Amino acid sequence: MEKRDKVTNVFLSGVGGQGTILASNILAAVFSSAGYDVKKAEVHGMAQRGGDVTTHFRFGKKVYSPLIKFGDADYLLAFELLEGLRYINWVKDDGKIVLNNHKIYPPVVNLGEMEYPENIPDIFRRYFNGNVYVVEGVEIARRLGNIQAANVVLIGAFSNFFPEIKEELWIESIKSLIPERIQELNIKAFLEGRRALS
Amino acid sequence: MKKVVMQGNEAIARGAYEAGVKVAAAYPGTPSSEILRTLAEKYPEVYAEWSANEMVAVQVAGGASIAGVRAMASMKHVGLNVASDALMTFAYTGVKGGLVIVVADDPFSHSSQNEQDSRNWARFAKVPMLEPSDSQECKDFTKIAFEISEKFDTPVLIRSETRVSHSDSIVELGERVEPNIPIGLDPKEAPKYTMVPAYVRQRRIFVEERMKRLEEYADTFQYNVMEINDTRYGIISSGVSYLYAKEVFPDWSFLKLGMVWPLPKKLIEEFFKKVKKVAIVEELDPFLETEIRAMGFKIWHGKDVVPKMYELSPEKVEQALKGNKFKPPKIRFDTSNLPKRPPNLCPGCSHRPLFYALKKLGLFVFGDIGCYTLATSPPLEAIHTTICMGAGVGMAHGASKALGKEGPGKACAVLGDSTFLHAGIPPLMNVAYNKGNSTTIVLDNKTTAMTGHQEHPGSGYTARLEPTVAVNYEELGKALGVKSIRYVNPYNVKETMDIIREEVNKDEPSLIICKDSPCILLRRAKPLEKFKYRGYSVDEEKCRGCRVCLEINCPAISWIKQEGTTKDGHRRKGVSYINRDLCVGCSVCEQICKFEAIKPIEK
Ligand SMILES: Cc1ncc(C[n+]2csc(CCOP(=O)(O)OP(=O)(O)O)c2C)c(N)n1
Repeated sequence: MEKRDKVTNVFLSGVGGQGTILASNILAAVFSSAGYDVKKAEVHGMAQRGGDVTTHFRFGKKVYSPLIKFGDADYLLAFELLEGLRYINWVKDDGKIVLNNHKIYPPVVNLGEMEYPENIPDIFRRYFNGNVYVVEGVEIARRLGNIQAANVVLIGAFSNFFPEIKEELWIESIKSLIPERIQELNIKAFLEGRRALS
Repeated sequence: MKKVVMQGNEAIARGAYEAGVKVAAAYPGTPSSEILRTLAEKYPEVYAEWSANEMVAVQVAGGASIAGVRAMASMKHVGLNVASDALMTFAYTGVKGGLVIVVADDPFSHSSQNEQDSRNWARFAKVPMLEPSDSQECKDFTKIAFEISEKFDTPVLIRSETRVSHSDSIVELGERVEPNIPIGLDPKEAPKYTMVPAYVRQRRIFVEERMKRLEEYADTFQYNVMEINDTRYGIISSGVSYLYAKEVFPDWSFLKLGMVWPLPKKLIEEFFKKVKKVAIVEELDPFLETEIRAMGFKIWHGKDVVPKMYELSPEKVEQALKGNKFKPPKIRFDTSNLPKRPPNLCPGCSHRPLFYALKKLGLFVFGDIGCYTLATSPPLEAIHTTICMGAGVGMAHGASKALGKEGPGKACAVLGDSTFLHAGIPPLMNVAYNKGNSTTIVLDNKTTAMTGHQEHPGSGYTARLEPTVAVNYEELGKALGVKSIRYVNPYNVKETMDIIREEVNKDEPSLIICKDSPCILLRRAKPLEKFKYRGYSVDEEKCRGCRVCLEINCPAISWIKQEGTTKDGHRRKGVSYINRDLCVGCSVCEQICKFEAIKPIEK
């Protein structure tokens, strides 16, 4: 298998409760099994209560910092549109963006005091042209029977960027992290997400 | 041996397990809580408990050490303030079985009430402190900390922080090896463990001599590592700050300190000899810098350029040391005005109606720390002080003494069940004893919710989830001398307001206990069963768009701008909307709607 020496930076963002941590655990399992050094950083605690959550995931031959340097993300994986836009400046010029086409209104929008930004995918396209991928994560997961699996749909879409990593490795890693009774659903979610982009 | 990806806290727990630890105690606190949780869930060989507070945790670990086993206590940074009284004197007595105290800092206060730098405790207590930077080091340093503890007869501090405790990286696993220390208590050792003045003075000499030996040891400590590369520039650093610096200046020379107290004088001297310009990169206080300057070295850069507040990051370190030459990445889109997304109380949370009631009563609320602190944010804005655990109860009493006759009816203290048991009992006893008249409200949600649902002495379960006795708050209040004790069901807003109003107006101490109010995420308490309906929806024919239901700040309720009229002809600017996916049917919005516009959905 061809190995990347350089460190690859994946920035994940979403809303507490969306399963960004599980998503990043899958990434850590996959890339460490593939023989890479990995580091992952996230903040637990207050963020679980519906606040914004971010995870920095890095892999390569040798990774030092657990945090990505501002402006150095190769990938942005956003589980919610506004939470994607919030971190647009973290991405490199030639970085790739995967957006879950899903809105969760923050309190100020609920209260009618501010508007939810419109056309977020278009804002991304303005700067990243063809490198913006919009995935119907929640719709796909809803069809499969549980919107909670949207995070794994996104991981499926994201997996396309790493053709050197075999599908089985992704599936094995998902199995190792998810309770048996929802494994089948999540593997389907992964495969649908993988097909959604390819 | 097997390699696995582990969180820093899990790796500390693994290190304790491999080091043969027999007793572990902790009080939860972000970012330290997973250490004890991991020990309780994964390693049955280790007795693991949630202690009532951090002071108790250190006492428990200290007692186990004196009985001859390896023992560990873990806590967040402010927890060590609570435990410091025990630490300062265990520093004199020393140990029998290794005694390690893990303290997890929180630069940037991701979820803390302050940003203190725990390294200062090591210098203050005259004990060694190790600082790991990633998960492998978390495990290795924990193991070696026990060896240092026994070899030098001292408690050892391990300092972690958010980005170490809550980062994951690869760890190579090892076997558990129990140390060869005779287990048992020996009365002849009393002079070592009984700190009366005569014995204190003896141990005092020992402490100074121990420090000298530790200083020498620091120079040879295997995790104080010198990396000589480009000799024009060098960085002295430790912990995660080292990783940030190494990331952005991989070709420079480094002195990475695994032990941040005491400092390795000879190594530092050698580094200054080998490298021309030496910078010190550390988060928070100029701890290393002050010490190294005091040794007489001229440093190139330190806190003159490295921020002394908040957490560091690779780009902050790069910017600090490159100065004008640092090129920040371009800002393509201004994100500063995007709608913010602060954390909020969950839909159906029992804290929400209680704080709504306090707000409607116009009370000044001496608050405390827990999920309920989220009631500080608008539009609830129903908490007016948050200092440290237990503080609200003492403060409400002080304020009532200051206000005198004007006091009753103006204020109350509110704190969670775990917080009450941690630090609320002495101040409540104090209210009764000193003839106060303040009201204390205990939010009994049957768990330590904020930090991730840990058990506590009122929850009825141990850390290993065995059923156990639970504190009876009413009996406790009576025993402390409080005569007026009431229960409220916070989901009944009107009744809750009536009872609180009565109690705060009394000229005697009151204790109000929330009942039937378990955390909405605590599955075993079946929190949803008591709700009559599965959810609520807005009747658009009746909603006048008055926004009263928005005052409770429920994530399920939003307001949509939309000019129109109700069925009976009232003009309105918008309507409320309830998100069915989020609503759990707590009925609080229905109770406060003045126009009967909120209707139940049958189960
Ligand atoms: C001295 C100290 N130890 C630990 C913490 C971390 N901490 C913050 S709130 C809290 C307890 C919250 O539990 P509870 O009072 O029951 O309120 P809940 O979150 O359940 O509403 C803890 C342990 C702290 N802030 N200070």
